[in-house]
Amino acid sequence: MKRRTFFKATTLLAASLVAGAAMAADPIIVGAVAPKTGPLAGGAAVTHWPNIALWVKEVNERGGLTVGGEQRMLEVIEYDDQTNPAETIKAVQRLATQDDADIILAPYSTGLNLAAAPIFDRLGFPQITSSAATDQIGELSAQFNDMFFLLGRSSDLAEDAVEVLAELREAGEIGNRVAMVNVADAFGIELAAVGKPALEAAGFELVYETSYPLGTPDLSPIMKAAKAAEPDAFVAWSYPPDTFGLTEQAMIEELNVKAFYTAVATAFPAYGGRFGAAAEGVMGIGGVNTASPAFQDYAARLEAATGSKPDYWASGMMYASLQILEEAIETTGTLDMAEVTQFIKDNSFETVMGTIDFDDENNNTAYWTVGQWQGGEFKGIKETGREGAVAPILKTGWE
Amino acid sequence: MKRGDLSNLAWGAALLVLAALLPLTGDGYLISLGVTIAMYTVLATSWALFSGPTHYISLATAAFFGVGTYVTGAGIDHLPYWTLLPIAAVVGGVLAALVGLATLRLSGVYFVIFTLGLAEMTRQVVTWYQNKTGHKGTYVLTDLTDNDIYWQLVALAGLVFLIGWAVGRSRLGFALRIIGDDEDVARHVGINTALSKVALFIVSGAVAAVVGAIIAPRYVYIEPSTAFTPMLSFQVVIMALLGGTGRLWGPLVGVIPFTLLWEAISSSFPNQTTLLLGLSFLAIVYLLPGGFVGLWDRVKHRSARRRALA
Repeated sequence: MKRRTFFKATTLLAASLVAGAAMAADPIIVGAVAPKTGPLAGGAAVTHWPNIALWVKEVNERGGLTVGGEQRMLEVIEYDDQTNPAETIKAVQRLATQDDADIILAPYSTGLNLAAAPIFDRLGFPQITSSAATDQIGELSAQFNDMFFLLGRSSDLAEDAVEVLAELREAGEIGNRVAMVNVADAFGIELAAVGKPALEAAGFELVYETSYPLGTPDLSPIMKAAKAAEPDAFVAWSYPPDTFGLTEQAMIEELNVKAFYTAVATAFPAYGGRFGAAAEGVMGIGGVNTASPAFQDYAARLEAATGSKPDYWASGMMYASLQILEEAIETTGTLDMAEVTQFIKDNSFETVMGTIDFDDENNNTAYWTVGQWQGGEFKGIKETGREGAVAPILKTGWE
Repeated sequence: MKRGDLSNLAWGAALLVLAALLPLTGDGYLISLGVTIAMYTVLATSWALFSGPTHYISLATAAFFGVGTYVTGAGIDHLPYWTLLPIAAVVGGVLAALVGLATLRLSGVYFVIFTLGLAEMTRQVVTWYQNKTGHKGTYVLTDLTDNDIYWQLVALAGLVFLIGWAVGRSRLGFALRIIGDDEDVARHVGINTALSKVALFIVSGAVAAVVGAIIAPRYVYIEPSTAFTPMLSFQVVIMALLGGTGRLWGPLVGVIPFTLLWEAISSSFPNQTTLLLGLSFLAIVYLLPGGFVGLWDRVKHRSARRRALA
């Protein structure tokens, strides 16, 4: 062999080795966009971001995702959409075209997910939403074929809460008088719009009804008036700040009801942390099967990896969305998103929230709707097809 | 019409056609940046039509924009999309007229504060109405793509530039400049100051409402918090001031670098976006008090002086 040929051969070999190594190490780019600032940053910090951190950490510790017989590590690119839909759209676009992301994770919240739906659809990425509650699932999945819904219909959330009250009344546990309040903002209005007719249809007597603007600092007049109406049950279609505020006022006024319901954020670990034993018996949106070993294991891993506890509603669903994506990619062995999406539509998945099977409208029809603080955990008491619901208990004071 | 005017118009038309060609690149990322730039160009230019000559700083853009998005949100299921844009213009214009008649007699900081409150007030009125009627979410599902939205915005930008150009050459524009210099003098020489100001405020309000109506299909789901975000009003003011309001093209040269800067910061420093944006604002105000237009005029002035000395 001439020296020159030998030289050529070795450089070629070296080059191919380098290229080979580079190919084996070629990571899968995972794009993530959600609020880090703006009004929804707090919710995303509990429900959204820690799950991504846990998933990526665990997959990479295993050596990565197996795609086409090759193990590839995950590399996340995170963007802050500042809770602004225009920024969400721009960030998804940037992830797809500038960062060449292989996977893009669904954003956070109903509004930001819906704003991103057309762009996900055009780019052909599956959008498995885990924090979007809407009544337009049929229309949306018809227009955006790759959009999936884990959290369920928003009407069910309100209707089931009323159903829990109706069942308690049929059992003779509570009376017929209900005080209902709502926060005058998007989702609070939507829940009240469903909840009020449902209460009336169930034959409840609305002894007090009012609404308050988002961000109302002093909720004591509301609680005083509600107490004066002597209700048997108190229902608030509330948002995080007022969920806490109303509970606090109920304690101060010693509101004596046997059923107390606040909506969004009741399922947050911070709620149990703040009110401790007084939270016992409080009902709210969400719930999980806290007795399920899969959920307990997930909660422990999440806390160990990120220091953050899951909330008892959408956190588990967010992690489930990542499990679904992972299984779809590994089983199909491809990053071809059309194939991955089809797999998600055609199969059912074992997740930390139980089995998930999407219907013809890409909707997960089995989800938790009402939960209740019992013994320091927010347990699911009403669902649309999940196992492990516990019986509701009556609220006995605020001690 | 002077010859210079004609060539200006021709230049403007040529640039507009050039801008309209952007979607042909087929690059989704460029187009989404283009939508942002086109949107803020329209908003900032129409803002400057009123605020530039009169020096009244209006923070009401979000109010008009939000009203526009809700016109589309409420009407999309009942009326053809194309009829919603003129309706938004009328609604925005009427709102501006009402507000203008009530407040443009205020001056200085009183006006600024009022316009800031207007967005919040409009938001509360919309919320109050939804709460009263038991509203279940506003969805705008259409087939409009980013390309369609971009072209509509570019066309609207063309219209705004044309209006600005016509106003600048009219008696109304002259009156507004006098008002900006000294409102008392303007009144004494017989200018109906309130009417002149309201007229331009209506134009700026109507345009912002149409922008909201065009953008609504992009958001799919309309919420008061995103439709009436006060950030929008501030961004429009900052971009217009960065460009400079002394020329019709001033806001445009502010919008483009600002959007690119914003994009660079949010893609490179996703965890410090707000902090870095704040620092950029400070730098802009401190280093470029007259905006790029002011800088341009200073440079021109200096080179003219140097030539005179030589």
